[in-house]
Amino acid sequence: MTSGMTGVGGGYTVRRFTPERSTLGKLVARDSAFRRLDWVMVWACVALTIIGSLLVWSATIHRTQINHGDPEYFLIRNLLNAAIGMGLCAGTIVLGHRRVQSIVPILYGLSLVLLLAVLSPLGSTVNGAHSWIVLGGGFSLQPSEFAKITIVLGMAMILSARIDAGDRLHPDHRTVMQALGIAILPICVILLMPDLGSTMVIVTTVLGVLLASGASNRWVLGLMAAGSAGAVLVWKLHILKQYQVDRFAAFANPALDPAGVGYNTAQARIAIGSGGLLGKGLFHGTQTTGQFVPEQQTDFVFTVAGEELGFLGAVLIILLVGIMLWRACRIARNAPDLCSTIIAAGILAWFGFQSFENIGMTLGIMPVAGIPLPFVSYGGSSMFAVWIGVGLLQSIHMQRPVSA
Amino acid sequence: MTHIPETGRTYRVTIRLVIMQVIVVSMLLTLGGRLWYLQIRNGEQYTQEANSNNIQQVVAPAVRGSILDDHGVPLADNQTRLVVTVNRTDLMRMKDGGKAVLTRLAGVLGMTYQDVVDKVRLCGPRTPEPCWNGSPYQPVPVTTTATTQQALQIMERREVFPGIVAQPTAVRHYGGPNGANAAQALGYLSPVTDNEITASEKDGKPTLQRTDQVGRSGLENTYDAQLRGTDGVTRYQVDTLGRVIGDAGDTPAQPGSDVVTSLDARVQAITEQQLNQAMQDARHTWDTVTDHYYKADSGAAVVMDVHTGRIIAMASEPSYDPNEWVGGISAKDYAQLTGRSSDYPLLNRAIQAQWAPGSTFKVISTSAAVQAGYDPKANAYPCTSSMNIGGQTFKNFEGESAGDISLGKALEISCDTVFYGLAYDQWLKDGGLHPKSPKDWFYKTAHQFHLGQKTGVDLPGEVTGRVPDRQWKINYYNEMKNIWCAQAKSNNQDYASKIAREDCTDGMVMRAGDSANYAIGQGDTLVTPIQEAVIYSALSNGGTLYQPAIGKAIVSADGKSVHEIQPKPVGRLPDSPSTIAYIDQALQGVITEGTAAWKFGGWPQNKIPLQAKTGTAEVYGKQTTGWLATYSKDYAVIMTIAQAGTGSGATGQAVRTIYSALYGVQPDGSIDPKKAILPHPPQNLPKIGPDGVVQQASFAFPRNFAYPTDPGPVLSGGVMPAALPPDRNEKLLLGRRYQV
Repeated sequence: MTSGMTGVGGGYTVRRFTPERSTLGKLVARDSAFRRLDWVMVWACVALTIIGSLLVWSATIHRTQINHGDPEYFLIRNLLNAAIGMGLCAGTIVLGHRRVQSIVPILYGLSLVLLLAVLSPLGSTVNGAHSWIVLGGGFSLQPSEFAKITIVLGMAMILSARIDAGDRLHPDHRTVMQALGIAILPICVILLMPDLGSTMVIVTTVLGVLLASGASNRWVLGLMAAGSAGAVLVWKLHILKQYQVDRFAAFANPALDPAGVGYNTAQARIAIGSGGLLGKGLFHGTQTTGQFVPEQQTDFVFTVAGEELGFLGAVLIILLVGIMLWRACRIARNAPDLCSTIIAAGILAWFGFQSFENIGMTLGIMPVAGIPLPFVSYGGSSMFAVWIGVGLLQSIHMQRPVSA
Repeated sequence: MTHIPETGRTYRVTIRLVIMQVIVVSMLLTLGGRLWYLQIRNGEQYTQEANSNNIQQVVAPAVRGSILDDHGVPLADNQTRLVVTVNRTDLMRMKDGGKAVLTRLAGVLGMTYQDVVDKVRLCGPRTPEPCWNGSPYQPVPVTTTATTQQALQIMERREVFPGIVAQPTAVRHYGGPNGANAAQALGYLSPVTDNEITASEKDGKPTLQRTDQVGRSGLENTYDAQLRGTDGVTRYQVDTLGRVIGDAGDTPAQPGSDVVTSLDARVQAITEQQLNQAMQDARHTWDTVTDHYYKADSGAAVVMDVHTGRIIAMASEPSYDPNEWVGGISAKDYAQLTGRSSDYPLLNRAIQAQWAPGSTFKVISTSAAVQAGYDPKANAYPCTSSMNIGGQTFKNFEGESAGDISLGKALEISCDTVFYGLAYDQWLKDGGLHPKSPKDWFYKTAHQFHLGQKTGVDLPGEVTGRVPDRQWKINYYNEMKNIWCAQAKSNNQDYASKIAREDCTDGMVMRAGDSANYAIGQGDTLVTPIQEAVIYSALSNGGTLYQPAIGKAIVSADGKSVHEIQPKPVGRLPDSPSTIAYIDQALQGVITEGTAAWKFGGWPQNKIPLQAKTGTAEVYGKQTTGWLATYSKDYAVIMTIAQAGTGSGATGQAVRTIYSALYGVQPDGSIDPKKAILPHPPQNLPKIGPDGVVQQASFAFPRNFAYPTDPGPVLSGGVMPAALPPDRNEKLLLGRRYQV
């Protein structure tokens, strides 16, 4: 069971003792790349993307101020984004996470440059956060989404290097500090934008990475403590903009100012709550057609599901997210080496927290932070990033022994 | 930490992966639970919130029913006027908030920009009037009196006036057919108040909308529910910017029912005109007592169908034009109608003013005497020029004497001393100053005639009048003794202080003088013209007291459903038929040779017998109030004018003119049936066709009423005029110092 484990993308060619197979044969063969994919996860992600497209369509069909008079404007773009995302996913699988790993320093540097570019006059401000680079043609780039990937890859590389080489059982303090150094730089830039939601997601992802790396409990607890202290510091030093403080205040007490700060949360909750068991039917939500929920095609896309598809539809989305996360957990547990484990766990933490935070804020149990729901929300960068994440997970999954 | 060679991982990492898995599962369960809580457990509440969130209602006011006279002539109906409205949501979407549009609109309407802005602003807790107190989604009326020219200017250039609409709208209209404005009987409308909306919502069935007008007085108030109908509501789904994105069902407006009244526009017009004329004439008559012209400051007249108690005409002076209320009354007009310096024209003096009845009360005193056992026909009652009661001289009016006469004759010539004597006699029998189980026939009879209580006429704000019996004296004394006794302590020797001294000592006791005064309708007795109409109608119809009514039927807008309001007998006079016949005869004598004869010379009494009783009530510090209570076999006509002299002198000619018009009596005494406008009270209701059009009788009158041109700022809410405090009609006979 231990031989030939490096599989696809390994450093050497597997010697085969069977005759050469046809292309079709390669595809359907038991050990083919195609059949080695985790199809359960793929289908869950595809299903989320399709549902997401419908919800985005419903949310934007009446939004004439932003859809340029074309009711399908957002639908078409979302499908295009999804197609590109899936292409990137396939590319990542073909490339394999090991080969990707080899160019991590370049990717990391690139993402850092893009992040800094956002802070420069190249960047644009959307909804108070200066986190976009407008590319033109209706497309724009949100580098913080890609930073999530490079941080995971970078940290995994540093943390696992000596362990996978068999030198150590657990990363020592110096390694952990180096790894954290990888993360802190982009976090600071993102915090300066300020993009609170992405910061929260990245900090949680870093926590997942540290957990999976086997770093000592002191580091894990220390990071949590640092996160809390950082939050206090951010509050006290007024790094946050007033609207971000207000969002937290509204989370604590939505009735505080239903016309102002609490408006988003209140309207989101009305939308979801009024959906009932079966919902009002796709395209028939009054809150949705009335455009009472701001940012409904992106951060608040879950409210469309809640209102129009009802409890059953919303639970279906949560179930699909659950399936995706369960498969990610499984991939992390079955990963053959620590580097793969760390990457899988990092992506798990990223997907998991981002989904929970996004759905949680629409349900009023988490503070409002501007982050998309993976696969479901409209947004190119996010769509690309999560599909690349899926690609990485699949690539890790395909390393497993054929018989497994 | 054991190394797990198969995965290249330590146990620590594996455990942590499991922990992460547990965290993921619990997070997902949390989301699912919260979702259940919001959507299933509290789903209903959020559904409601969602509905109220995005449904806006636009109210289409129901057309208010008409108030028709007995022939279907509208006394109050709706008139189509060009109303210019401003849609606030449209204005708000403009870059300048609609400033340019409103400025142009002000120019077209000839108003200032500020006036227009004030009219369309929303009422807040501190917003001064005028302001709009309706829904912000409801078009706000800027003027209800736009000219066709102005409307065309607006509607033909829609692009210049976005959000402005000029369209014909039904507004209340008091047509005043033939000049019969019947202002106080009809009442008026004013915008609904917050309290009324809250109250109507408490019934569970919100019938009042913020844009509604509510009847504030008169018939508009009494029959408000029937007249108002049900407003139509169109529900729109709107988006977060208030733009309409769909329909959410609507309820069509149900027009209000028409109220057919017993008022007759022509009789009403003549009654009003005659009352007004009589008052003007009085103002040119010299009052030798006060050495001034009579002031004739207020008056009332009632024409009643004696068989049913229905009111054919009801006039009150001073009056006003009810159209002043339409489209909102201006602050200036409002002050003129209700201010302290006004003459309270809103008061319906036929039901809300109470005066001493004077000699018209003597029919009651006569009935009381008969009940007490006196023979009315015996010529046994001395009509002396004066009478001494308890050392006090009570004079006959105008100091005449007529020897011993019957009660009938005493009524006819209105001999006070006969009634003084009867009352004094009864007072002594009842025990004088120390009564022992008194019979109190004179007071009992007044109650049997339903004095001192409301007649129950279908108009709001009626007052009771007063029967100053023993109980009332005690109550009044307890109420007033502090004031009287305080005044008694002063050393002033004026009349009021003397009376106060008297009252402070024995104001609670029924004194001989009180009883004597009472018997001739002076003293503390107060009656309303409507009460007199009920009593004299009863004398005419054989003794039945009816609850007076103006409403005759409620007819639905399509004319299909007719609810007739039946006449309601509420009591009988205590008189036997023979007593009534005797009084009847005596009152005919008043016309032929009694106190009213000088005004009814040449009246065809053999063809149209009239009965009458004059009355002249003296009021301390004022000129005398004249009464004339009359009846024929069909009608009772009551007219009274304050500070206008004697009953016959002030009102005789006016009352005669009303009868002449009713029966077509010509100046030479002949009767022309063709000119009789209402020789019999009408039995049938006017017909209302299925289209809601009244099949009017052929004599529709031209509507020659003047309408106000600019309603001015709107005053919301309305004030129900309270009845004026009655004058205390006492101390009329000089020197009431008597000891028994």
